[in-house]
Amino acid sequence: MTSLLTYTFKNLRNTSKWALRFCVRPLSSSSQVQAAAASQTKSKKTLAKPNIRNIVVVDGVRTPFLLSGTSYKDLMPHDLARAALSGLLHRTSVPKDVVDYIIFGTVIQEVKTSNVAREAALGAGFSDKTPAHTVTMACISSNQAMTTAVGLIASGQCDVVVAGGVELMSDIPIRHSRKMRKMMLDLNKAKTLAQRLSVISKFRLNFLSPELPAVSEFSTSETMGHSADRLAAAFAISREEQDEYALRSHSLAKRAQDEGLLSDVVPFKVPGRDTVTQDNGIRPSSLDQMAKLKPAFIKPYGTVTAANSSFLTDGASAVLIMAEEKALAMGYKPKAYLRDFMYVSQDPKDQLLLGPTYATPKVLEKAGLTMNDIDAFEFHEAFSGQILANLKAMDSDWFAQNYMGRKAKVGSPPLEKFNTWGGSLSLGHPFGATGCRLVMAAANRLRKEGGQYGLVAACAAGGQGHAMIVEAYPK
Amino acid sequence: MVASRAIGSLSRFTASRTLRCSGYICRSFTRASALLTRTHINYGVKGDVAVIRINSPNSKVNTLSQELHSEFMEVMNEVWSSSQIRSAVLISTKPGCFIAGADLNMLNACTTSQEVTQISQEAQKMFEKLEKSTKPVVAAINGSCLGGGLELAISCQYRIATKDKKTVLGSPEVLLGILPGAGATQRLPKMVGIPAAFDMMLTGRSIRADRAKKMGLVDQLVEPLGPGVKPPEERTIEYLEEVAITFAKGLADKKITPKRDKGLVEKMTSYALSIPFVRQQIYKKVEEKVRKQTKGLYPAPLKIIDVVKTGIEQGSNAGYLSESQRFGELAMTKESKALMGLYRGQTQCKKNKFGAPQKEVKQLAVLGAGLMGAGIAQVSVDKGLQTILKDTTLPALGRGQQQVFKGLNDKVKKKTLTSFERDAMFSNLIGQLDYRGFEKADMVIEAVFEDLSLKHRVLKETEAVIPDHCVFASNTSALPIGEIATVSKRPEKVIGMHYFSPVDKMQLLEIITTEKTSKDTTASAVDVGLRQGKVIIVVKDGPGFYTTRCLTPMMSEVIRILQEGVGPKKLDSLTTSFGFPVGAATLVDEVGVDVAKHVAENLGKEFGERFAGGSLEMLQQMISKGFLGRKSGKGFYIYQEGVKNKNLNSDMDSILASLKMPSQPDVSSDEDIQYRLVTRFVNEAILCLQEGVLATPTEGDIGAVFGLGFPPCLGGPFHFVDLYGAQKIVDRLRKYEAAYGKQFTPCQLLVDHANNPNKKFYQ
Repeated sequence: MTSLLTYTFKNLRNTSKWALRFCVRPLSSSSQVQAAAASQTKSKKTLAKPNIRNIVVVDGVRTPFLLSGTSYKDLMPHDLARAALSGLLHRTSVPKDVVDYIIFGTVIQEVKTSNVAREAALGAGFSDKTPAHTVTMACISSNQAMTTAVGLIASGQCDVVVAGGVELMSDIPIRHSRKMRKMMLDLNKAKTLAQRLSVISKFRLNFLSPELPAVSEFSTSETMGHSADRLAAAFAISREEQDEYALRSHSLAKRAQDEGLLSDVVPFKVPGRDTVTQDNGIRPSSLDQMAKLKPAFIKPYGTVTAANSSFLTDGASAVLIMAEEKALAMGYKPKAYLRDFMYVSQDPKDQLLLGPTYATPKVLEKAGLTMNDIDAFEFHEAFSGQILANLKAMDSDWFAQNYMGRKAKVGSPPLEKFNTWGGSLSLGHPFGATGCRLVMAAANRLRKEGGQYGLVAACAAGGQGHAMIVEAYPK
Repeated sequence: MVASRAIGSLSRFTASRTLRCSGYICRSFTRASALLTRTHINYGVKGDVAVIRINSPNSKVNTLSQELHSEFMEVMNEVWSSSQIRSAVLISTKPGCFIAGADLNMLNACTTSQEVTQISQEAQKMFEKLEKSTKPVVAAINGSCLGGGLELAISCQYRIATKDKKTVLGSPEVLLGILPGAGATQRLPKMVGIPAAFDMMLTGRSIRADRAKKMGLVDQLVEPLGPGVKPPEERTIEYLEEVAITFAKGLADKKITPKRDKGLVEKMTSYALSIPFVRQQIYKKVEEKVRKQTKGLYPAPLKIIDVVKTGIEQGSNAGYLSESQRFGELAMTKESKALMGLYRGQTQCKKNKFGAPQKEVKQLAVLGAGLMGAGIAQVSVDKGLQTILKDTTLPALGRGQQQVFKGLNDKVKKKTLTSFERDAMFSNLIGQLDYRGFEKADMVIEAVFEDLSLKHRVLKETEAVIPDHCVFASNTSALPIGEIATVSKRPEKVIGMHYFSPVDKMQLLEIITTEKTSKDTTASAVDVGLRQGKVIIVVKDGPGFYTTRCLTPMMSEVIRILQEGVGPKKLDSLTTSFGFPVGAATLVDEVGVDVAKHVAENLGKEFGERFAGGSLEMLQQMISKGFLGRKSGKGFYIYQEGVKNKNLNSDMDSILASLKMPSQPDVSSDEDIQYRLVTRFVNEAILCLQEGVLATPTEGDIGAVFGLGFPPCLGGPFHFVDLYGAQKIVDRLRKYEAAYGKQFTPCQLLVDHANNPNKKFYQ
């Protein structure tokens, strides 16, 4: 017990020192050199497989991610998705009629546009002959959109697919209560005045109380923040560690933004408002400021606060995915290959947010790679505590043996390769759109910093998770 | 074991000192040496917070024993005298248990009420000191916090509990016929208000952590944690300790106040209760209710009311004195001894003395989706057992499935289950009309209609499809298992499992073994029963086994008494006032008149004159008129959906009149009627022990109380003989024997006990 405390204590000081060092680390060419050196010692030269089509990401874009309730608040989800699609068309100049299929991910569905992919595609001027569907898998919805595209191309059904995701948390479908809905439907069926009156006579005032979209896990009735707080506690992660990690995310995002590294962002002229050009949730603060916040979920002693959680975000993203030969034939220079991927799921109560821990070793094994082969890690940051818990879980033999049925831990990713351009904590997390952002961040980082393999991983509600290997396209 | 624990605690302790704060190194060594002798408590210091960890060796639970008491006192004195320590945390490192109550052996060892009072007063003193501690003490509660454990916790300045299903708080003393004897009668009313305190102490109910928080019984909740880099249970306790330490510091620094905000309703209630007149009304009301429910058979609840009243109206000194004195008196009562005996018996019957079965049952199949079959399925699926429910027609199966769903859904309504958990449990149930999947069954329990030829057919059909290792259990209340097993190819795998209706409410399971039943089959049946949450007695095969056999002569007497002109209402009131939870006439209606007749006929043939008494003609006439009891809507009473007060069935008058017998005045006083019923029951129970149907008196008592509703205050037939005196019972029996003959002849074992007053069923 005591030793554990002292251990965390020591650890904490280490991380804080490290964080300080990191914050002032200038962008130097040394990382590129290191990465280049590393690529010569890879387990595999490439992940191309015989007799399977190579699938590439030509390019990808996203709207600026904004705090919900700001500039996008009067839009509808398909407006945002349309902006991402238009941006992609503009960026890649892909002829609209070449696109075989469009897939979008989204979580909280606007009931009027439940197939938001189709509505957005039509509005963005795609051919009305291009089919489109919408997928949902909580925070990995656009990952699912991309891997669905991969499947369609790999099986030879399509050559060119647009995958994306959208979320508009500024407006959510708030419903009438079930009782009220039932009464309204009954009223519809009532033919005579007497029947109508008898239906209306059943009305009670409490019918008017509205029903909000679930913020909590359906199976456990626990909110995600609450679960994250428990997860952080289970892995003995302190408030200070979480605040430090959040500060790191914001600092790195700020730097990436300032240095123009977030090249996937396309400006969006919002009707009736100014053109939005950049993410507005990046706010590096100070540890002292962050320490003042009260816990948001487990009151009064929890460790998850507004400052170390991802915030409600509006945004959309889209990527152009093609068969390699098609892209080359069209004269494109793709950014990256999409390689092996993996979906996992586990206990939605106590391991809700541990998806990356489960998915990472599996996808590496499937691809025949090790942690050392990865040059760029892009993990979805739902909460600081969740990221740190995943890092600890990946670094624990005990956890690997007792919960994952593995002989040994996979190891924790080195932080100098980890979310170095910020993450969901700072850039924002529009649920349905984050997956494409992660893939593009990995691809762009590999191009910029010169590595070969990137690993994308994310957790999702329902206790699910995803990981995918992104391989840089040779220059 | 003990030594290594102590040394372990020492090394941990010293490590914490050297690593954390150099200032503590100068603590005297005499204290450190005292640590070596501590076995229940591990004590360390974190910063300026003392952490007192309780973990009694070699026991599943922590109990407040004299040893623990003195070690705790010693540690607290150290806490109070040390200038570095500003606050303390009290926690148990035993998984699933804070402190489960006082050590019952300590109470049982006392021979006089003065001794018990003495124990109570010592505890009172210690807890009072704790309550007045200037250094705040935080109780960190994970697992059961009952009786003395709760009294300890509420003496602390602050309570933090884990929101775990295992974390329950309560004052169950009343269930043992005593009262909370270490200050709870005085502290609880102040803490949670008079009505809630009465509810806790008079019902003994366990309160879950979240409810306790709402009541003000605990101040903070801590969610249990999932897996991290060590087992969840271990880390949860660690986390609870960490949280408790921050609150202890906060309390010492006066950043947190232990007072909580009361809601408007609570404020109004407490205002109302400050008016003496309102309080008097409450005492009166509660007392009336208690008298009505206990019929004056249980002294503890009335004493609890009295003690609480004394404390509030005359001040806490008088209250404490009254508490300790009443505690001493109650501990010496027959009722308390009977109830404690039952408690011990219940604990014994929750163990599998046949060892673990060779193959654990994973797939269960239940034949017959009637009331019993569906009930058995329900208590199996909600424990995660895969269960096939088979019937022959879709409507019958549908009814059974609905019963299981309703049983689970009622728990959702009571918020003990979530709808999601309900769905997951319900998915363990597979309803079907054929024998598909039986080839993978590990146990089949048949609950088809009580008809030997039908049971034979079902057994043969089942044996044709089940694997060799599969156990075939028959749920029957009276058909001998040996007879059912005659058509079996593998009688060693055939066993009886007699459930009681309603299965999800009745705790008892009577397991019946034939001479051919193998030990492993028994072990398997007991294992399944325990997993279903049952209290289990294992008896030998024979007509009526144990429970039905005891009940039948009593039922025969019921009919005779009715024939002698005592009305059903009067009979019911006589039996309930003796302590039976259900009146005798109502019981016939509940069991079903046809079932009662069937059993009475069968057993009458087997046992002859001893089971005679009333005329079966009465039951026959009732059946022919369709008065089958509750299930048909009419029996002795009329049953209507939604009508609470049941009325007598006036159509019974003619039947009763036609079968009227003259009563014998010298054995027909109210008391005689009660004893005619009870002595026939008791005599038959003892005969079961004499004949070896019962293995132990404990099982006899548990079976009678939990299966048949024998008055708990008497502790079961065997406790009753021990406490009431065998001679008195024999005298009664002889008196009735003179009037009615052989039905009342005392059995040899009872006579032996009467002849030798030193002979007791429980030594």
